Amino acid sequence: MSNIVSAAAYLPSHRLNRKSALAGGRGTRSVAAFDEDSTSMAAEAARSALADLPLSPDQLLFATTSPAYADRTNASVVHAAALLSDECAAYDFVGAVRSTCAALRGALDAAAAGRSSVVVASDIRVGLPGSADESDGGDGSAALVVAPQSDDHLAEVVAVAARTSEIFDRWRPPLEPYSRVWEERFGETAYAPLAAAALQDALGRAGVTAADVDHLIVTGLQARAVRAARAASGVEPSAYADDRSASLGVTGAAHPLLLLTDVLQRAEPGATIVLLVLADGADCFVLRAGNLAGTSHRGPVIADAHDGPSADYLDMLTWRGVLPRATPRRPDPDRPAAPPSLRNSEWKFGFVGSRCLECETRHLPPERICLNCRALDRMAPEPLQSVRGTITTFTVDHLAFSIAPPVLVAVVDLDGGGRFQCELTDADAGSIAVGDRVEFTFRRFYTTADGVHDYFWKARPARAEKG
Amino acid sequence: MASNGIRDRVAIVGMGCTTFGEHWDRGVDDLLVDASTQALESASATSDGVDAYWLGTMGSGISGLTLSRPLKLDYKPVSRNENYCATGSDAFRNACYAVASGAYDTAMAIGAEKLKDSGYSGLVTASAAHDGTKVPLTGPSMFSLLSPAYAHRYGLDAATMGDVQARIAWKNHYNGARNPRAQFQKEVSIEKIKASPRVSGSLGVYDCSGVSDGAAAAIIVRAEDAYRYTDRPLFVKALSFVAGPASGPMDSGYDYTTFEEVVRSSAEAYRQAGITDPRAELALAEVHDCFTPTELILMEDLGFVERGQAWKDVLAGAFDLDGDLPVNPDGGLKSFGHPIGASGLRMLFECWLQLRGEAPADRRLATVEAGRTLGLTHNLGGQPGACVSFVSIVGSEPAS
Repeated sequence: MSNIVSAAAYLPSHRLNRKSALAGGRGTRSVAAFDEDSTSMAAEAARSALADLPLSPDQLLFATTSPAYADRTNASVVHAAALLSDECAAYDFVGAVRSTCAALRGALDAAAAGRSSVVVASDIRVGLPGSADESDGGDGSAALVVAPQSDDHLAEVVAVAARTSEIFDRWRPPLEPYSRVWEERFGETAYAPLAAAALQDALGRAGVTAADVDHLIVTGLQARAVRAARAASGVEPSAYADDRSASLGVTGAAHPLLLLTDVLQRAEPGATIVLLVLADGADCFVLRAGNLAGTSHRGPVIADAHDGPSADYLDMLTWRGVLPRATPRRPDPDRPAAPPSLRNSEWKFGFVGSRCLECETRHLPPERICLNCRALDRMAPEPLQSVRGTITTFTVDHLAFSIAPPVLVAVVDLDGGGRFQCELTDADAGSIAVGDRVEFTFRRFYTTADGVHDYFWKARPARAEKG
Repeated sequence: MASNGIRDRVAIVGMGCTTFGEHWDRGVDDLLVDASTQALESASATSDGVDAYWLGTMGSGISGLTLSRPLKLDYKPVSRNENYCATGSDAFRNACYAVASGAYDTAMAIGAEKLKDSGYSGLVTASAAHDGTKVPLTGPSMFSLLSPAYAHRYGLDAATMGDVQARIAWKNHYNGARNPRAQFQKEVSIEKIKASPRVSGSLGVYDCSGVSDGAAAAIIVRAEDAYRYTDRPLFVKALSFVAGPASGPMDSGYDYTTFEEVVRSSAEAYRQAGITDPRAELALAEVHDCFTPTELILMEDLGFVERGQAWKDVLAGAFDLDGDLPVNPDGGLKSFGHPIGASGLRMLFECWLQLRGEAPADRRLATVEAGRTLGLTHNLGGQPGACVSFVSIVGSEPAS
């Protein structure tokens, strides 16, 4: 048997009111900030899912339709940021929403063979300005830890089924920024038999009927097909899981895991959960909620109302590279170099400082000679990702290079010692104050003209401390 | 183990300084030729008579060839120095030591920077290959951290702190308006200073030093030879330079209201020069006013006033041209401009003019006329909590 032992989502803090978008519409969609991409958001979800977990996964499987890099593995950045062991393999599943189903199935098969996985899916959904893709999409990520059978778990996966058909409902040549879509009515009709067949097959293998289903999750990029499949499922409408399209939008490859995490945050132990994904076919997973269901406190509670900043539509276009705009007269940032990035990987990606074994002084970045007692090479690695801090002083820099000026700079004193002079993100320049609490977040600092992404850590206003 | 200093062993016998500003029509070669020619003429010397050269430039050229090529030096030793914004001072310091050691009879220290060709706002420094984890702090951003920290520690409200910063900018513009070599030769009203566009934190455009092109040079000889060149040499009383451990940005104990590097380097300079009360003994101080709160804090770090009190003396005009200790009578980095490699030598150039009675009449100092003979230059590079600091004391009287 394969168990999901941990689940966490990551939701970027900005929401776009669809009324302000070119296409209009109701509700909001989530918008990754200027300093986020699918990799950085995947790292955030993965580290939440793995935090304090007494398990070292054998593999990390990363699915996205919006990879930060082609021709190299993006999962290795997530692996480094999550401080996974070098024995843990890391693989990308890049291309389509369905890649997430492939990654999840890979993890289930591995669990059946006695190996554990962290499956993470992350996406930034863009569309032609004015398109439904732009308006209906959302940005976010989610991660599941899948392990062989264990007493404590969120859910057990009891059955899986899939159907495949070459449905030409959307397409995008690899170097194009946007997808094109066929008319929705075609998709609605084409997906219906596949959805029904996969659902019936999976329910049959699980030995349950539609009437037994407590939570039905149906997701896909075709809203009409999703609604039709849900209506035809035979499951009671009261068991339909909110697909968060009105508040977050459909977060592409991330959405199946995000919605499953959402349900696992509130399902009763023993509940029957169905996840049906409509993407170039249909994938159906039947799960039974375990003893940890409804008690997980990892990452944000997806059902919670949003309390972050609103994104401006033009800002969103700039952050996505659609609408370039003038920046201060400063040089473009130069690229981080590969050798020091590798040498300093634990610091750069993992936010591991050092602590003096003689006097306990923390160092960010790690140093060899203690700034306090000057002891040489008496340092231990000091993981700092989950340590919070307090703003000692800060400034708002209107001169520094950024695609979203001004740059906010904070001097942060960490709980338990140590100081970090860093960039502050997801914050409003007018509302920062000395004494504000912050936490640390993995971000993409900038992308150089020759396409190198610079990843590192920033501070952001601390979200509520969890119990 | 000791820092012994070279008090009164060497002297400046000639100086030159170009106008600072946006020299679209002159390259760094021109600036070097102009400053060195002026310095040689002022010492009645020729380049044949200079045995060795120290060139300070942060980024306008590398190697000694940056100087030897435009000056067509005939196979002389030229060292190129770089030490952030204290580059020019460090070139001067090394040239002084070379003469004091007896290795050379005559040396030239020259500093130059050509900043305006880059097309960028503010200062841009090249960095070594890196891992992309450094926060891209600009100069104004680093130094803007001083302002709220000082105000908080000494209980100033934001409005008062704004008044203090504006008063410093106003004073330096007032002085620069009386300096034909300055980049900004115009007085600016307090209201205009306060209303200027924000650059970083509470710093507006008028709180920042001028981005500038320029060069300055000094000819250094042994003290006993000085009167062969001029009847009014400037004797080097003290040279002090420190590089801090740069731990402020990672040390929770650092509070952004002081530069320990300045405290240390000035204490050492006063010791070398035998100064016990700098406020009363100095005729003038040329300090590193890269941003207005920097000058405020330097007044305390240099020992001119008790901790937490500098803002009152600033508002009272104690450091004005006619104050009891004039600070930056030439307009400072604020209004003379800050061509990095030249700035430390430009500070010495003001001491050269003032202590020899050659400053223009409208900024001549009462302190000099009252008989004070010592000038201080202070030059800083880096950021609060992680900087290099240089202090020199020069005087118009030889060893007694």
